Amino acid sequence: MAQRTTEVIVGLFMIAGLAALLFLALQVSGLSPKSDGDRYALYANFNDTGGLAPRGKVSMAGVTIGSIRSIVLDPETFQARVELAIDAGIDNIPADSAAVIRTSGLLGDQYIDISVGGDLESLEPGDTFYSTQSAMNLERLISNFASGR
Amino acid sequence: MIDRIAAFGRSGLDVVSSIGRAGRFLAGALAGVPRPSVGFPLLLRQLYFVGVLSLAIVVVSGLFIGMVLGLQGYTILSDYGSEAAIGQMIALTLVRELGPVVTALLFAGRAGSALTAEIGLMKATEQLSSMEMMGVDPLRRVIAPRLWAGFIAMPILAMIFSVVGVWGGMLVGVDWLGVFEGAFWGNMQNSVDFIDDVLNGIIKSVVFGFVCAWIAVYQGYDCVPTSAGISSATTKTVVYSSLAVLGLDFVLTAVMFGDF
Repeated sequence: MAQRTTEVIVGLFMIAGLAALLFLALQVSGLSPKSDGDRYALYANFNDTGGLAPRGKVSMAGVTIGSIRSIVLDPETFQARVELAIDAGIDNIPADSAAVIRTSGLLGDQYIDISVGGDLESLEPGDTFYSTQSAMNLERLISNFASGR
Repeated sequence: MIDRIAAFGRSGLDVVSSIGRAGRFLAGALAGVPRPSVGFPLLLRQLYFVGVLSLAIVVVSGLFIGMVLGLQGYTILSDYGSEAAIGQMIALTLVRELGPVVTALLFAGRAGSALTAEIGLMKATEQLSSMEMMGVDPLRRVIAPRLWAGFIAMPILAMIFSVVGVWGGMLVGVDWLGVFEGAFWGNMQNSVDFIDDVLNGIIKSVVFGFVCAWIAVYQGYDCVPTSAGISSATTKTVVYSSLAVLGLDFVLTAVMFGDF
């Protein structure tokens, strides 16, 4: 076979490989081309984060508007401090909104739902949610009920 | 009795010395990269033989494996009413495990055995020794391009395998069994991480490509130069490559995905 044809075919092979990598990155793993720079940070303190994990989603009215960046324990208050990365386009979350941990479905992953407040002022980057609601722990609920407390 | 013990020891020494030869051989082949003007066309030709010609078998197997995953996943998951999770099941299985491993097994059977037979025949017909007589290093001229070609082609083939598999799974899940397409992709994108899953899968396939190509060219180079020797070297290539791939897969998976 002519050298030229081999070159072209191997080139096509390489391009197919690159296309496959792009497909795996964009379509399969949902890696979006926009970087973390297009997001801003908000914080929320919870008494109990339950099964919440980094990379979990943050949603408002059921629409995903960001993700959980990190979960650390605050050594002074012994609460969990969760850092949320919110899309920069959503910059008018009312200041009295609440961050609530919910479960998707009966066995699904836990995520943070932001229930919208009515304040005219909005949360600035770096602010902390004033009111939060911890994860519902089914086991604790049942044991409280059973022991009559 | 003494004879048996002696034979046992001899075979142990044989194994160790052949590993040593393989290591020295690898060092020679990797160090001896020819000049780009000479080496590049050689590498291109090998990429064509090793990569492009393996494409057909990889694409067809990927399609069928993806379709089977879709069917099996649907049967199991529909018991729990969570058919939509087949997207993430198919993608994670393919990207993490089946993509790299099955591609490596196919690669060992399709390309590895051909490499061994080709180099073995070159040795049997004394082409390698005549190259040495002419002052051409066969490690550079023959072995290095084949080694690098396997090394480069394998990850590309594995990625194509995964993509075709995901497409096959979608074909069965979405178009045939009627899983909602948005949930299929949404679940997949939520659970597959680019660095943790896709990149680790690619690292796996790079390692497998390296090991398969190394075993194939070494078996060819080291074979007994007779027709029986070539045939046993070809068999050894497929057997050793498959075992090495499966064994390494366990080790790599434990390192990459085990939480300890």
